[in-house]
Amino acid sequence: MILPEKVTEAASVIAQQEVAPDVFRMELSSPAITELAKPGQFVQVRILNGDHILRRPLGIAECDRTRGTFSLFYRIVGSGTRDLSLLVHGENVNVLGPLGHGFDVSFQHPLLVGGGMGLSPLLSYAQAKRGACDILMGGKNAGELFWQSFYAPYVEKTILTTDDGSLGSHGFTTTVFPDIVKQETYDGVLVCGPEIMMRGIARLAKAAGLPCQVSLEKRMACGLGACLSCSIDTVNGARKKVCKDGPVFWAEEVFA
Amino acid sequence: MTDAREAALLATELCGIKMQTPILTGSGTFGFGEEFADLTDLSRIGGVVVKGTTLKPRRGNDGVRIAETPAGMLNCIGLENPGIEVFLQKTLPRIRPYGMNIIVNVSGGSVEEYGLLAQKLDIPEIAAIEVNISCPNVKEGGIVFGTDPDAAAAVTKEVKAHTKKPVIVKLSPNVTDIVAMAKAVEAAGADMISLINTLLGMQIDTKTWKPVLGNITGGLSGPCVKPVAVRMVWQVAQAVQVPIIGMGGIMTAEDAVEFFLAGASAIAVGTANFTDPTSTARIASELAAYLEQHHLENIRDLVGRLELPAKEE
Ligand SMILES: Cc1cc2nc3c(=O)[nH]c(=O)nc-3n(C[C@H](O)[C@H](O)[C@H](O)COP(=O)(O)OP(=O)(O)OC[C@H]3O[C@@H](n4cnc5c(N)ncnc54)[C@H](O)[C@@H]3O)c2cc1C
Ligand SMILES: Cc1cc2nc3c(=O)[nH]c(=O)nc-3n(C[C@H](O)[C@H](O)[C@H](O)COP(=O)(O)O)c2cc1C
Repeated sequence: MILPEKVTEAASVIAQQEVAPDVFRMELSSPAITELAKPGQFVQVRILNGDHILRRPLGIAECDRTRGTFSLFYRIVGSGTRDLSLLVHGENVNVLGPLGHGFDVSFQHPLLVGGGMGLSPLLSYAQAKRGACDILMGGKNAGELFWQSFYAPYVEKTILTTDDGSLGSHGFTTTVFPDIVKQETYDGVLVCGPEIMMRGIARLAKAAGLPCQVSLEKRMACGLGACLSCSIDTVNGARKKVCKDGPVFWAEEVFA
Repeated sequence: MTDAREAALLATELCGIKMQTPILTGSGTFGFGEEFADLTDLSRIGGVVVKGTTLKPRRGNDGVRIAETPAGMLNCIGLENPGIEVFLQKTLPRIRPYGMNIIVNVSGGSVEEYGLLAQKLDIPEIAAIEVNISCPNVKEGGIVFGTDPDAAAAVTKEVKAHTKKPVIVKLSPNVTDIVAMAKAVEAAGADMISLINTLLGMQIDTKTWKPVLGNITGGLSGPCVKPVAVRMVWQVAQAVQVPIIGMGGIMTAEDAVEFFLAGASAIAVGTANFTDPTSTARIASELAAYLEQHHLENIRDLVGRLELPAKEE
């Protein structure tokens, strides 16, 4: 039998922890989706309190295939993420996934560049490519770079920047990027974070001759390519759907 | 329940179209069906009603296209679609093997465009044409035809003149007198009526004081519209002879039963496909169980069985 690419699954909360103010790490028992997931893919989470007609798209962060669990990181920004944060061990959500196209897994030694919640899907890549990646992460302040400890087991080198200079280099990821890619031979750049960061890094990666992938966000309903909520324009004029054709795109496909 | 028993309870026929179940999909909420193939059994839908199709490709509206509301959602997709030619040449051959009844929802900018679309769809692979005169999100989405009985009748006549397929006319709830609309399209030759399309709505971001949707307004769907939809199906069912496809907020078989009791011969599941992509198959099983519990032999035995309180003489 051909395995389906995606499934819906009742998933129980194995762990839920506030890892930074308003940022949560949630671990879900979801064996079928954990088995199928590829780095950079996402799930559509249905919150079962009766208040949400729409699922919430969240990137898969880490997979534990032996235990059949995966983790999500999310920031509270509205009613859906707030309701998610109220769930405790043993409560259920329904998960649809894994969805979309993830990152190209053929890179040997890529540089990951992330900021904010964009560091969540990149973590799945670092984990899948254990030891192969370096991570450049940027945040407003030291507190936003709590991610270091989650990346530590999986990456070779961690480079930090903060807007206020409280940790690592003072400035943005784009400030230090050109020097970093000169010091080391990378074969690709994978970036996920605020759009301004992704555009900036994509431009610099191009200048450095490095292939670059970005991961986009847009409001979506089905997550399957059917409802057309998340259509975007691509550089050559073709319309694409973030949920199905992405969320990961080659930078030159989406950023002119 | 055995599959055969379930099939016997749910099988129905509408204007000569044989359907495994009386459960269709709401246009724009189920893509071309193929997107859901991993998740729900496509052979257990009565038909897939594909996304609103126009003569020329349309890119749809810019900006935010959806928002969640209490018990529902707003959308302003704006009829993004690849156009009828791409549908016929690329999409249709790809989805034919699923064996679904394929119903194409069409939108035109003029009466003539509706006729042209109908002509192009007068082919064996298509089960029926659903005429969308009710999209609230684009000027040429037909809403001008959907709020005026004479214009709605003109579109219906034009479509009928260009196809031998059963013609379903989809009505907008954004009118004062839904019965007048239904009677007008029936008199003009509609073989079936579907209702309701979305209700025009709006959401405002209280942090930015700006509209949430890129198009400012959008169409409201989901459980919050169900009472409006049931009422309209009931009113229309009293006034017309043609079969009705009821929709608006159906999430469960119990919701569907309300529509059948009100007089719908079939129903469509829309927004529920987003909440639960297995909705169509789940509702089919639940509906079969409901029919059995109520000692009914087939879904047709439920249609229009609403019991009104006896009037005092
Ligand atoms: C592919 C993808 C992966 C994502 N991964 C993560 C992640 O790993 N961690 C994380 O914290 N966030 C992630 N997001 C963003 C996350 O989906 C939103 O923060 C979340 O949906 C907000 O829901 P809410 O009810 O709390 O907010 P509200 O603002 O109340 O939500 C209202 C509606 O808008 C949608 N919405 C609001 N913000 C966004 C957004 N940025 N992107 C898409 N839809 C949005 C909601 O889904 C909902 O339908 C991802 C988005 C996408 C598209
Ligand atoms: C995202 C979205 C897109 C839709 N697109 C169309 C469309 O192209 N043509 C149409 O006739 N109706 C369209 N509709 C309306 C639905 O088919 C249906 O009539 C309506 O949503 C009410 O049913 P529901 O509450 O079950 O969703 C759309 C609805 C949604 C939510």
